[in-house]
Formats: sequence, C-alpha cells, structure tokens
Amino acid sequence: MAKAVIDALVARFPDAVYEPYEGVGGDDCAFVVKQRIADVCRMLKDDPRLQFNLAPYITAVDYLGQEPRFEVIYNCYSTTLNHRVRLRVKVPEGDAVLPSVVSVWRGADWFERYCFDMYGIRFTDHPDMRRLLMYDEFEGHPLRKDYPLKGRQPLVAEREIHDIYRGPGPADRD
Amino acid sequence: MATEIDIVPGITTRREEAQGFFEKLVSKGLGWARKNSLWQYPFVTACCGMEYMSVASARYDIARFGAEVPRFSPRQADLLLVVGTINCKQAPILRRIYEQMSEPKWVIAYGVCASSGGFYDNYATMQGIDRVVPVDVYIPGCPPRPEQVLDGLMLLQAKVQGQRHKLIDRIGAPELAQK
Amino acid sequence: MATDGKGRAGHDARATPGSYGVGQPRHVMQTTAPVHAPIDPLDAPLDTKRMVVNLGPSHPAMHGVTRAVVALEGETIRDMKLDIGFLHRGFEKSCENVTWTQCFPYTDRLNYVSSIMNNVGFALAVEKLCKLDVPDRAKWLRVITSEIHRICDHLTLVGAMGLELGAMTVFLYAIEARDHIWDRLTELCGARLTSNYVRIGGVSRDTPEGWIEKTQATLARAAELRETIDQLLTRNRIFQDRTRGTGVVSRADALDLGFTGPCLRASGEPYDVRKAAPYLTYDRVEFDVPVGPHGDNFDRYLMRMEEMRQSDKIIAQCFKMMEPGDIAVKDFRYVLPPKPQVYGTIEGVMAHFKLIMEGIKVPAGEAYSYTEAANGELGFYAVSDGGGRAYKLGLRAPGWPMLAALPFMTKDALLADLVPTFDSINMIGGEVEQ
Repeated sequence: MAKAVIDALVARFPDAVYEPYEGVGGDDCAFVVKQRIADVCRMLKDDPRLQFNLAPYITAVDYLGQEPRFEVIYNCYSTTLNHRVRLRVKVPEGDAVLPSVVSVWRGADWFERYCFDMYGIRFTDHPDMRRLLMYDEFEGHPLRKDYPLKGRQPLVAEREIHDIYRGPGPADRD
Repeated sequence: MATEIDIVPGITTRREEAQGFFEKLVSKGLGWARKNSLWQYPFVTACCGMEYMSVASARYDIARFGAEVPRFSPRQADLLLVVGTINCKQAPILRRIYEQMSEPKWVIAYGVCASSGGFYDNYATMQGIDRVVPVDVYIPGCPPRPEQVLDGLMLLQAKVQGQRHKLIDRIGAPELAQK
Repeated sequence: MATDGKGRAGHDARATPGSYGVGQPRHVMQTTAPVHAPIDPLDAPLDTKRMVVNLGPSHPAMHGVTRAVVALEGETIRDMKLDIGFLHRGFEKSCENVTWTQCFPYTDRLNYVSSIMNNVGFALAVEKLCKLDVPDRAKWLRVITSEIHRICDHLTLVGAMGLELGAMTVFLYAIEARDHIWDRLTELCGARLTSNYVRIGGVSRDTPEGWIEKTQATLARAAELRETIDQLLTRNRIFQDRTRGTGVVSRADALDLGFTGPCLRASGEPYDVRKAAPYLTYDRVEFDVPVGPHGDNFDRYLMRMEEMRQSDKIIAQCFKMMEPGDIAVKDFRYVLPPKPQVYGTIEGVMAHFKLIMEGIKVPAGEAYSYTEAANGELGFYAVSDGGGRAYKLGLRAPGWPMLAALPFMTKDALLADLVPTFDSINMIGGEVEQ
C-alpha cells in the first residue's frame, strides 16, 4: 500500500533505513537506525510526496533475550494521502537513548514520556522527560519483561486486614 | 464511625453497655435521620462511575433514599462512595480525603476494584480500598447493576440505624497517615 | 519523600507525592508575571500575582482522575501542568499474562462508555495476525453494536457537558436514553456496560428473538431524547456563550498534536478511518462524515450530535442488510466448538481444552489495527511470539493526544473555559491511563 513511501525513504537514507518488508495485512514497514530517526521523521512530514502530517503512535517492545533488547515502533499516518507506514528502531539496553521527534510533531511528546516511564528508554531534546503514568518514587520500569507483574510499591502504609482468602498476616504478603 | 462502633445489641447483659430509655430513643431517632440523609462524596475514578451516573439518575433513583446530593467537598459529606479502581498513586489521596471528612462517616466500596482490586492484580492497583480506609459495605460487581448498589445502600442504612448515636459525641482524634 | 513542603511557589507536593519529578528536570511554571516597560502610572496594569491552583485528582470537573495544576493570573490560565496516572491499572502488563481471549474484559474497561469498540479493535488486531476473515453476520453485528455504543458515548459526553455547564436536565435525559439502550445491550451481551461481546473469529452470541424490532424502537426513543437535548442546548444562549470560541484548535495544530476523530474533524480535517480505510462492513453502508469549521468546543459538541444521527442511519441500513448466518468462523483453532460437540465428540473436547487452557495460538509477528472509535482512532499494536498469550499489546488511546494538548488549548483562556474544553475532548480515564 505504501511501498512508494518506503522506497522514497530508502532512496534518501540508504544507510539509515534498512530491511524494508511488507508485514501482515499489507502494512509497509522498515527498520531505521536509531541515531537518524529524527531526520527520517522530518522527511516523512515535510516531503510533499509523503505528507505524514498526523503525529504518530509511538510505542516500545521489550524483546528480553534478544540483543538489542528494545524496539521503538513509530506508526505514522498521513491524512491527506491516506497511507501508513511503520518504522522500527532497535534500541540496545545499554544505550537506550534516541533522538526525540517532538520537534517534528508536538503530539509525540506524551508517547515518548510513556516509553520512558514504562521501558526506561530516554529521548534527547525532549522538553519534559519525566514519568507520565507512574509516580516518581516508583523504582523500575514496569513494562519490562523482568519487572514482576505484582510488584506493587505502595505509597501509603497499608492497613492490616483480616482476609478470608489470604488469611491473617502483613498487608504485603501477596 | 465506620467500624469502630459496634451495632447496639438488643439485650445487654452488662450494665455499662445498657442504654437508658431516653438514650435509646435518641439513638434510634438520630439513626433514622442519618440514614435517610446520607450526603455522599462520590470518589469516582473508573467504569463504575458510569453505573453511578445511572444510579443517580431518574430511573434508579438514589434520591428516594435521601442520598442524592453529591457533596464535592469532604468536609460536607458523610458517605465516601469509592467508585472504581484505586491504584497505588491514588491511594494517598483517598486516605487524605477520608481523613478530611468529619465524623460520623461511612465508606462504601463500590465495585469489585474498590472491594478487592478486581482482576487487576498487578503492580499498579491497590488490592481493595480496605488497605487504606476502613470500609462499611462492599458492593461487588464489575460494574454492579444499579439495583445491587441500592441494595448495598440499604444494607448501609440498616447498619447506620443500628449503631449507637449520641446527641453529643466525644470521639478521639483520628490517626492520620501523615503528621 | 524528598520534598520539604515549603515554598515551591505554592505547589503542595504532598498532595500527589513526588509528581514534580524527583530527580528529573522539572517543568517550571511561570509563576511571576513578566516585567513591563515603565509607563504612565494611571495606565499601569494592576499588580497581579500568579496564583497556583490545584484542580486535584478527585474533582467533579476532572472527568475521572486527572490533576491539573494551573497558574492563574486573575481568572486567566497562564500555564497548566497536567498530571495523569491516577487510574493506571496496568492494562498492557495484565494482557501479557493472560490468554488472548481473556484480554477482552481488559479491553472492555479501556473506553468504558463504548466498550464494544475496544473489543472490536482488539479482535481486528489479532485476526490480522491470524489472517482470519470473519463471517458476514459477525461483521454486521460488530458494526451494529459498535455504532450503538458510539451513540452511548456521545450521549454521555453531551449529558456531561450539559451537566457541567449547569444544565442538569440534559444529563437526566441523556442518561435515560443511555439506560434504554443498555437494556437492549443487556439482552444481547449480558452486561450493560462492559459487554465482552466480541471474540476472535466473530462474536459470542447471536441476537435473541425480536431483538432487532425492540432495538429499533429503543433507538427511536433515544433519538427523541436526543432531539430534546438538541433543542435545549444548541441554540441556548448560555451554552453558546460558554462554548463558542473557547478551546479553539486550528487545523494544522490539531494534526501536529495528533488529534483524531470528532475533535480533528471539528477543526476542519475530514479524516475518518471508516471512510479512509474501511474495515468490517463500513464500505457497504452510506453515511456522511460531518466536518466543523472552527475547532472550538461548540463545534465539537455539534460534531457529536451529528455523528449520533449518522450512527442511527448506519444502524438502520445494517438491520436491513444483515442476513442470518454464522456468527463466528467454524475453525476450532480459534473459536470454541458448540457445546453439543464439546460433550459429544473427542475433537470438540480437545479443542475446547486447548483453547481454554493454552489460548489461541496466534502466529508470530506484529500487527497494528486501527478503528474509528467514538473518540478518535483507536489503535492496537499486537505482537505475538506464536503462543497463546500476547507478547505485547500496545494501545493507542484516542483521547491521549487531546488530553496532552489541553495545556495548549487553554493557554490564556479563562478558568471557566477549562470546563467545557475538558468536556468536549471526551477524556475517558480508562483509555488514557490504560
């Protein structure tokens, strides 16, 4: 569907955009080198053949066990030319810093804060790099695969409750 | 007053627990007045809030129980309706709101997320608000049907009627979470 | 907590512990008024002071729980800082730990006023990975129930908007209409609000006897109530004064900020996923997509009213075009076999056991599915590792960019304008805070 977009990107950034493929359901995707993602996004927005004007959906995936560990996904869409493209950026755990695309689309701001909050991936040149959903005393990044599902870090000392299901005991026994 | 005061027993064997005739009349009268004018603080967070909107509206009328008026200031409310999921970030705020309410006060855990965390047994959700505030009535359901909520409210009314009410209440300073 | 509770220009950090970024670079609010050049004392502006007010997490006008710290100069908002996360329930992490079908209740509770749309979006993502095509009747049922829930969502928004601007009767009418619609949904799905109706491969049950006629009558009643609300609000002087010209977002700004759905169309960009990339049976029904000129709160309200009328049109066409048939693919790898086969044949028992205990085996890969939810584009990014559980389920909440843009929308607006702006963007806590 958007093969032309990927071809244009590969033509303009042959060293930064690699391994384009067609995903399930006809999505056109490509991998992008992490240092150049802001330049690639700027081309996506400004180039008149591409016109990706709507701020993308940015998320991250933790492939624990693979190296590089994280992957940041940019699902970009264009409302005028009605095409979509997915860019995948592999991010190693040791160097989880990416250039921010807030300068290209202002709406990318909270998505990048979410990636930081949940996965620990930082973005340079971001106006407000802070946690978004979790509170600041929270230690760790919850959506990483090595963070336990039930790893609660309560802020208020919990009351002692006598629970039929869990039996008496301290509040953090589960 | 949530759980610290026992329901008045019908027949007492110890002299200090017995209530005089006039005291019993006052207690019943105050109990009747308080149960029929529960001013609620709807601490609405999530999906149960939609059912709360239905309960408060014309079809499942909560106004006929005298509990229609939502007071958005804890100082003016006596029923804390915790509607929806409370997570670890919201828990200190819930505790603070509870402490700001003046006696007598009651707490209803509305919905299964407020009662026990629901099916969100994970890093973010508090497993029931009874870990931070004492609860009088738990209304399960995800979300509970309005009829179930009204049933829970009637249970609370029965509890309020049965508690010991005095004209002049001397209650000690409550323990606060933060000094 | 590493706060001393003093002199942070009036911020009370104890109210929400540590939300000012302990250790991170702080968002510094402009709390002193800018210095002006010396002018004639008679024309000099009054010595204004910036007051920082906390519209705290538990507040009637903050739909659900959001904390807005505003720096006010008089009644004008000069700066705003939004704090969210008070309803973060760990949706993505929970979904990674349950089977694919067990994710449906979690998706229900995202946008809880229009839960079937969340279900449909998730099912489409997984079906894209599995390369499944659901039968026609299932598609029609999904469209019908999605549009019914779209009507419920818009009714809730219009009712809440009326309530917060002082028109309580509008709220009662809207909730009455919604209650009638929920009665029909209870007959169909079993639950009023969080329906859990869609399954991977189709829907979970077929319409009961006489449901279609009853629903048409109910929708007619809801339409009557909607027209009453329209008469009460649309040409109401107070409503217009408060919503016209407030919360204006230009077309370029809306695109840059990531708006989608009615808020984007109110700013003038005619983008609707149902027309641009039709899914299910939206290419077989005819409907219009309203577009607004100004991008203010009044346009967003009118957008919702008009979309309700269009949804009525879509549902009427669906009822005419729907044929009896299967409601789910007849493939035991994805859909539970019917009970007589589960109890009668060995293949049925095995298929049932495998599906319940291990979950649907979705082929490895990743897919992004996008649908037009009531609030905007709802996207599910599903990554599978070939097993019965989701490896990653990312959610693009439609309300997220609109909420993030709220400080921009209310800059230099009156504090009273914050209320209709917050209403009209339809921030639903469950989806924004996942």
